[in-house]
Amino acid sequence: MAPRRPDVDPTAAVKDRSMQRQKELIASYYDRLAAVPETGEKTVATFVPGNLTELLLSFDIVPILPEINALQSGMRQKSAGYINEAERMGHSEDVCTYVKCDVGMLAGGNIGPTGKILPAADMLLLSYTGCFTFMKWFELLREEYKCPTVFLQTPYQARGEVTPEMRQYMIEQLKKVVIPSLEQLTGKKFDIDRLREALTLSARAEDDLVAVLESAKHRPSPIDSYFGGVYYIGPIFTAFRGTQEGCDYYAMLRKEVEQRIADGRGPTTPEGDLEDERFRLVVEGPPNWTNFREFWKMFYDEGAVVVASTYTKVGGLYDRGFRHDPSDPLGTLADYCLGCYTNLSLPKRVELLSDYVNEYEADGFLINSVKSCASFSAGQLLILREVEERTGRAGGFIESDLVDPRYFSGANIKNRIESYLQMVDQKRSAGVTS
Amino acid sequence: MTRTCQEIAAYSERLYYDLEFGSCKAWKEDGGGHCVGYMPVYAPREVIHAAGAMPVGIVGAGDWLEVIRGDAYYQSYLCHIPRSTVDLAVTGRLEFLDGMLFPSTCDVIRNLSGMWQMLRPETYSRYVDVPQNFDPEIGGRFWEHELRELARELGEVTGTEVTDARLRASIKLFDENRAVVNEMYALRRDQPHRAPTSEVYLVLRAGNVVDVETHTALVREYIDTAKATDRPDMDNSRVVIVGTFCEQPPLGLIKSIERSGCFVVDDDMLLVSRWFTADPAPDGDPFGALARAFVDHTVPTAVMYSPTSGRGKALVERVRRARAEGVIFAAPSFCVPALLDQPMLVAELDREGIPYTAFKYSENTGQFGPIREQTGTFADTMKLWSAA
Amino acid sequence: MKCFVGIDLGSTTSKAVVLDEDGRILGRGITNSRSNYELASAVARTEAYVTSRFTIFGRELDERLASHPSSDRERVAEALRRSFRLQQYLRQLDTLEAFVHEELENRRYASVRDEAAPRLVTVLAQLRDVATRHFAAGAKRKSDFFRDLAGADFQEAAEEHSDPILAPFGMLVSLYDKAILRVENEQLELGFEANIGPALERALDEGDVGLRDPARLAAEAAAAAPLDEVRAVGTGYGRARLPFPRDQIRSEILCHGLGAHAMFPNTRTVLDIGGQDTKAIQVDSAGIVTGFQMNDRCAAGCGRYLGYIADEMNLGLHELGPLAQKSTRRVRISSTCTVFAGAELRERLALGERREDILAGLHRSIVLRAMSLLARSGGVDDEFTFTGGVANNAAAVDALRALVAENYGERTLNISPDSIYTGALGAALFALRDVQHGSLVEVAA
Repeated sequence: MAPRRPDVDPTAAVKDRSMQRQKELIASYYDRLAAVPETGEKTVATFVPGNLTELLLSFDIVPILPEINALQSGMRQKSAGYINEAERMGHSEDVCTYVKCDVGMLAGGNIGPTGKILPAADMLLLSYTGCFTFMKWFELLREEYKCPTVFLQTPYQARGEVTPEMRQYMIEQLKKVVIPSLEQLTGKKFDIDRLREALTLSARAEDDLVAVLESAKHRPSPIDSYFGGVYYIGPIFTAFRGTQEGCDYYAMLRKEVEQRIADGRGPTTPEGDLEDERFRLVVEGPPNWTNFREFWKMFYDEGAVVVASTYTKVGGLYDRGFRHDPSDPLGTLADYCLGCYTNLSLPKRVELLSDYVNEYEADGFLINSVKSCASFSAGQLLILREVEERTGRAGGFIESDLVDPRYFSGANIKNRIESYLQMVDQKRSAGVTS
Repeated sequence: MTRTCQEIAAYSERLYYDLEFGSCKAWKEDGGGHCVGYMPVYAPREVIHAAGAMPVGIVGAGDWLEVIRGDAYYQSYLCHIPRSTVDLAVTGRLEFLDGMLFPSTCDVIRNLSGMWQMLRPETYSRYVDVPQNFDPEIGGRFWEHELRELARELGEVTGTEVTDARLRASIKLFDENRAVVNEMYALRRDQPHRAPTSEVYLVLRAGNVVDVETHTALVREYIDTAKATDRPDMDNSRVVIVGTFCEQPPLGLIKSIERSGCFVVDDDMLLVSRWFTADPAPDGDPFGALARAFVDHTVPTAVMYSPTSGRGKALVERVRRARAEGVIFAAPSFCVPALLDQPMLVAELDREGIPYTAFKYSENTGQFGPIREQTGTFADTMKLWSAA
Repeated sequence: MKCFVGIDLGSTTSKAVVLDEDGRILGRGITNSRSNYELASAVARTEAYVTSRFTIFGRELDERLASHPSSDRERVAEALRRSFRLQQYLRQLDTLEAFVHEELENRRYASVRDEAAPRLVTVLAQLRDVATRHFAAGAKRKSDFFRDLAGADFQEAAEEHSDPILAPFGMLVSLYDKAILRVENEQLELGFEANIGPALERALDEGDVGLRDPARLAAEAAAAAPLDEVRAVGTGYGRARLPFPRDQIRSEILCHGLGAHAMFPNTRTVLDIGGQDTKAIQVDSAGIVTGFQMNDRCAAGCGRYLGYIADEMNLGLHELGPLAQKSTRRVRISSTCTVFAGAELRERLALGERREDILAGLHRSIVLRAMSLLARSGGVDDEFTFTGGVANNAAAVDALRALVAENYGERTLNISPDSIYTGALGAALFALRDVQHGSLVEVAA
């Protein structure tokens, strides 16, 4: 394994203007959080899947996103210490490392990924979408923050459809539980027009994001939809959905990507543009954050480009048509929560992955199975088999973790990725000759 | 002819080890009709019953099945119950089930519901999304609708429509069952030497695979026999076991805990049998009554959201009620609800000065030596403390 | 002659296979892997060339002695092979002796040096005497690796010639331990050309005088045959450390699939249980891998697990299988965790279970893990080829055969005595294919 310097920014070598802008946005978000003691802004901790950013913004609330904090801590090599601390406090080795990273960070003074102290949450908005652990996570945080906790249950799309009753249940909770709690927290009256404005901006950014994601249908693909993708989704998955800044970022990104297509350029990597697209892959599962660049390198060194990924859909399946709709503010929030990737049934996930493989003309698909996340992982071996069967394309399987470096075995993963790509290559050339 | 406690337990143990589900198949052949399986932690068995089907509790395959195919579906960092359950399915042992319910227990069971749709597309299955909002007007209404949908679909599977009258009758049968189970638990709490957990558990577990009336009679028989049987009392420590609500500990593990000097005076095994802390309203709309009982009278457990930080206090309350001296946290390896809940419960026990010990198991754990050692030491320590 | 080489750098052994341009195996070589992968690969490759030249020697002899019965020819070849091995062995002993004496120069041995030096000379002389016996006709050797044979002999001789005060046994052995490490990391001249001369002379002194000239001519021809290595492909656990360009490295999965296909052309499923990992591979009718699964990051259920068990029971690895086969009542073992292996074993023994019954359970539990991996990779198709070190363990094979039959029905189970070379063979075939399919821009030297 290459030696890692602890404070190297993973985006350091990436030169695109949009990348720079993305970094600024995320940095400004953390600055805003750090300034809360001075500005007195209200904060609400919540989760990325099923987040209600527009609603929070309409109350001038700043969201705190523990998942993002954990992944940022992972990228900045701080997670191992936090996890250690949490385990020392009695948390099991078996459970989600995002939770332990968060708990450990809090125990160590709540110093955020950028080195500044994060504010305590004034409220926990438990957007319970697609992940059981969320519930326990905020029950645990509630013990620390001693602040009000608002529960929003998103029914599971077990049969791959949203029933009117599921939607109604969500709307009822929004109306009778979530909004009154936010009103009480901020002392402000719910302003549906402000919500509509934000939703309008959301939809605009979503259009541009979809154009960016679908640009990967070109050959060569101008983007990497997984390793690059996690940067692209950054703003819209965090505090910038429904903001003008978010809109501007996605418009800029879209232009850049269109220019790449015009120039016939491949995706950007930490070592410059990828020039030789040898493999087009679909990837299922979250990435590993502690060794993100090492992991990425295993792909681009082999000329492998991820043309579609499911991880970039945990905060919304915009490419399947969903847009925030200002004409039905609460209904659209309900639809949004219900439609996040991890809230889909396994047969739906198989269908989506198979569609991606076909639509993006992928050579194969790879599952990064993450120890922390049963919502993703449980059943992935069946998904693997089913997608192979449906697409006739080879599937690969690797295992790692989100932010626990102990579960990233570089040599092992590299061996599997190499074996997998060589198999794809061999199959491909056998298909041509026979 | 009357049976001894040991004989009742031996009968229950045969059911426990029967991976062919002979009792359920026999019931079907006797004209019982249909069987519908359900996984932990909670399923509305009353609705299944009202649709003319026998609810069959499926809790994996314990430690007596060599899991081969099931293992092929799961990574090493997931718990064991779905492996053995899938193994039961792909080896044809669950063919007799006309339907299968997957309660919203955790992401593993949730995803298993989707796997089931792919592995057994020809049989009925449903994910049972219980409400985590306990406002009768919000969560209660949602749940009532879920129950009605479930009833309608089960009615189509069995051909028996779930009428209000039928459901009311079923609710009554399960109320009786719950009452007698609670009575068995009370007996064990008050006279644990007469009702060892290795027996109580087997008798309780028989309820997974026999019809409710038979089970109620069985539990009744056990209680009466146990009360009438003299057994030597022992100077054991009284403990509550927490964390065993889904994947079940192997029988050998339960016996090991007892043999190490513990009386188990409360536990959370097979919680479905004691889910409601108060009966559903006997009259009025039975769907509404079931839904209301759920939002108002659900037993505190890790898989349910707690609107206040009350679950730790509820545990302390249970410990006090059971006059227990300590708590054993026995969680299945990789069980997210149990393991994430534990630190909160531990914090409350610490505040109250209640001793505890913790270990992990899996349903096919074969090594009890270290656990026996641990719980034995724990029991001894508690004795020392209480003597001091 | 054009040749194609495959090298498989495994975690415990390194293997090399040399093919001719028709894809026939010319020679094979094996050595224990060591910290220096580059050297391990060089040693294995030298060995493979040695056996290649013996193959050529055999062909040459056949031509020259066509009128003689084949048993005569085989006798000559066999005598020469033994003599050659002895020659190699003696060369290594020379080096060992030099290193032992060098080590003795260390200051810490100053007080015993005078006593130890002559004793070491005696010990090494004894090793040389014994060496001839190791390579005598019909002799059975416990290992083919120098370190094992010399080590055992050294211990025996050192015990005899040590003195508790003047030259303690432990000290002599520690000298050996230091020296053998250096021998293994020294590039010795053990090739055919350098050693065949003396080997031939010795063999002829003992052998059939009437065949002296043809044998000499054949040996000369074999030594002089131009073996032109067109391409080499590397694989295995340590492949990234091979001094090969990137396009000459293949994953062991692909090599194993192709190698198994070459050994048993009807192979559709391959199971390989090695020291540190287990692989389940599916191949098509051309030996192309269509799917695979490997064990996760822990080594539970791999060959290493049996190693721990053998250590724990104070048995040799090869003794486990036969003992397990004596079981009449298999014990159920649920955990194949290497960390807990010892504890589980001790608990079972304490419970009064018999060793053979526990071992039978352990073997079954290992095979159960492999069965899961096989199921994950797509099942067991006919024919089914089992490779890797554990394929030499009869109890594991029995358990596998039974479980496969139970779960998939009757399957032809192939196990080759040369299965250890499967990966290297596949790699060599890739080298050949690369050239034949013209996918090479330039031909490597």
